[in-house]
Amino acid sequence: MTISVGHLYPEYLNIYADRGNIAVLTRRAALRGHELVVQPIGIGEQLRPGAHDLLYIGGGQDREQSLIAPDLADKSSAIRHAVAEGAALLAVCGGYQLLGRGYRGRDGSFMPGAGLFGHETVAGTTRMIGDVLLECELEPGASRQLAGFENHAGRTVLDRDAEPLGRVVYGFGNDGASGFEGTRLGRALGTYLHGPLLPRNPWLADWLLAQALAHAGGGEPPILDPLSDELEAQAFRVAAGRARDRGGRR
Amino acid sequence: MPRRRRTKLLEYLLVRVAPTQAGAERCELSFVDAKLSSLPRARSCHPARSLERSDHSASCLEQPYTPTPLPSSPMTVRLGLETIAARAVGAVSRAAGRGGGTTLPGKLLWKIDPGAVDALAARLPSGVALVSATNGKTTTTAMSAKVLGEKHRLAWNRAGANLLSGVASALVTGRGADLGLFEVDEGALPEAIRRTRPRVVSLGNLFRDQLDRYGELELVAERWRSAVDLLPTSTTLVVNVDDPILAKLAEGREAALRFGLDDPRHARPTLQHAADSKYCVRCGHPYEYAAAYVGHLGDYRCPACGHERPPLDVAARDIELVGLTGSRFRLDTPLGSTVVELSLPGLYNVYNAVAAASLATALGTSPAATARGLADFSAAFGRFERIPAGAKTIVVLLIKNPAAANEALRTLETGVPPVLVIALNDAIADGRDISWIWDVDFEPLLPHVGRVVATGDRAAELGLRLVYGGLSEDQLEVIPALEQALDRGLGLVDAGTELVILPTYTAMLALRGVLTERGYVRPYWDGTT
Repeated sequence: MTISVGHLYPEYLNIYADRGNIAVLTRRAALRGHELVVQPIGIGEQLRPGAHDLLYIGGGQDREQSLIAPDLADKSSAIRHAVAEGAALLAVCGGYQLLGRGYRGRDGSFMPGAGLFGHETVAGTTRMIGDVLLECELEPGASRQLAGFENHAGRTVLDRDAEPLGRVVYGFGNDGASGFEGTRLGRALGTYLHGPLLPRNPWLADWLLAQALAHAGGGEPPILDPLSDELEAQAFRVAAGRARDRGGRR
Repeated sequence: MPRRRRTKLLEYLLVRVAPTQAGAERCELSFVDAKLSSLPRARSCHPARSLERSDHSASCLEQPYTPTPLPSSPMTVRLGLETIAARAVGAVSRAAGRGGGTTLPGKLLWKIDPGAVDALAARLPSGVALVSATNGKTTTTAMSAKVLGEKHRLAWNRAGANLLSGVASALVTGRGADLGLFEVDEGALPEAIRRTRPRVVSLGNLFRDQLDRYGELELVAERWRSAVDLLPTSTTLVVNVDDPILAKLAEGREAALRFGLDDPRHARPTLQHAADSKYCVRCGHPYEYAAAYVGHLGDYRCPACGHERPPLDVAARDIELVGLTGSRFRLDTPLGSTVVELSLPGLYNVYNAVAAASLATALGTSPAATARGLADFSAAFGRFERIPAGAKTIVVLLIKNPAAANEALRTLETGVPPVLVIALNDAIADGRDISWIWDVDFEPLLPHVGRVVATGDRAAELGLRLVYGGLSEDQLEVIPALEQALDRGLGLVDAGTELVILPTYTAMLALRGVLTERGYVRPYWDGTT
């Protein structure tokens, strides 16, 4: 099956090796006989309704983020619509912040976001930098771990009814205080974790692919054939160890 | 150091030392803190150091300069004791074979009295030159040392210890030096400027690098901007204007030498994936490049607002790259032109050479002397360094961020070695965040390489990167232990050939440690000027 991916602003939001995440999705789809077609969507380009099974938005430096912000506002209803219709989505770091209600600067200014996720981000005085380990339960009863790296000054506070992506085992997470990291809304995930996230957390890549396949073909997300993932497991172990030894410290 | 103690020390310097040294006419201490004073300091010897005056500066440097003996004020005694103690520590550290002691004396001095850096730097009769950049600062500084070493006795932080403590060490150990030549970490540049009050500041480039450590590019640029704004007009800014952010830093500055490359035949067809400053520094519109040489460095113009690369004062033209062995180019400077032969490969080393040549020009060195020094230069510590290891040769190319790694790989494209050892560590000096390896363009190289040994603390992650980049899993060996990987690599290449190793910074140090133990290289603190 063909999986259509819309990669938002790859020219601007690519700071933490977001192309690594795309490469992982592409290869893991191909190994199961599916073709991932990635369409870059830049400033001024339209997001056609229903055209994508998976949307991806990465992180950028402040300057790049402010350059795309006005355009993202124009696309916000199309993004919300796509997720409501069952498209999968992964937003990392800056992209995660931008898809919330907005970002409050230290000077009191407020930059509105796309309003997909139920959270607001407030600028902090120190950056939260380090390795992270999360405990997630995307499917009831199936607890899995994610290892990544975070580097953000913003404190993201989830709405009372918003669901986090996971619980922080080691690291700072959304705001360094709540013990939560990221958010989940149906098939849409937002997270501060880069590294990039998917190479060493292949189960999450497969979860996203399954959701995207469900959108593409209708019905339930399929169960994908397992892959050997030996190197992936080794990389995960080292990263998880790093989070245990030195995550969540300034 | 606690603020109160520092303030006291400053008072002490001002009250006790300034009056006694007023007669020396060169050790003004009104500078002690840039916040206290952004006034240009009046050096009797160098009324102006703009380029127009470079002939004057040069002749001035030739004057037999006898530093006025420092009066034996309590401060001098103290500084003397401190430096003696610090030197002793360095000697003990080296004798004990511990890491070379390149920063230990400086760390000690830096800890007991940071103001000593200011005082020691101010004693250098020919002043101080600082070199900073994301990439190439060690090589640029080493090249500059080769050129300037002909006329000057240098205090130089040769082993790349580029924080203030490293500068302090070089000042302590550089007895009898007349000129300070210091490579400075991007983050440490503002303080280094404040403390050493340089005659020349060379800014090479800004690339994204270790975001966990330095923060975003803009942040570093902003700090540099504030530091540069405080420079007196007598300081010459040597700046690579092929980098739009740096060109903007030098805008409107008279005492500046603007350098760059000018040979579109060597331009890349497109900007690389990891290109950083793609958007106009004035209006945010994407630049159009008449030529993009390395990353975002090149001849750019904004089609929206017209911001473009300024005219070059120093340029490399008619560049010929000679594979893995070197390059040749014409160097145009305001003091004349010459042909430079470099025994280092790659366009990025042409940038380093032009940076060094510009710095030397700012200090009044003739093009001929510059070309002589550059021709003599082989390689800086771990930067395309060739180390004989029995019947084989090890070639070490440091990789530390996407731009530097891309250029190292691009150099290899002319003759892809059959075996590569790549070492990825994630200590603080490497960057704890290893996501940058995904921004490196390994793809063009991988179809041509026979076997890759991935090593270092994050070997598995590196292996994944290569597999997703198109390397088949049976061509990959993941051996986290560095020494074991080195032996495996040496075992895979034939006698009489080269083994290419691409390590990150701490992996490079560890590798040198192994090679030193085996007697292939001398300890790095053993070098001579």
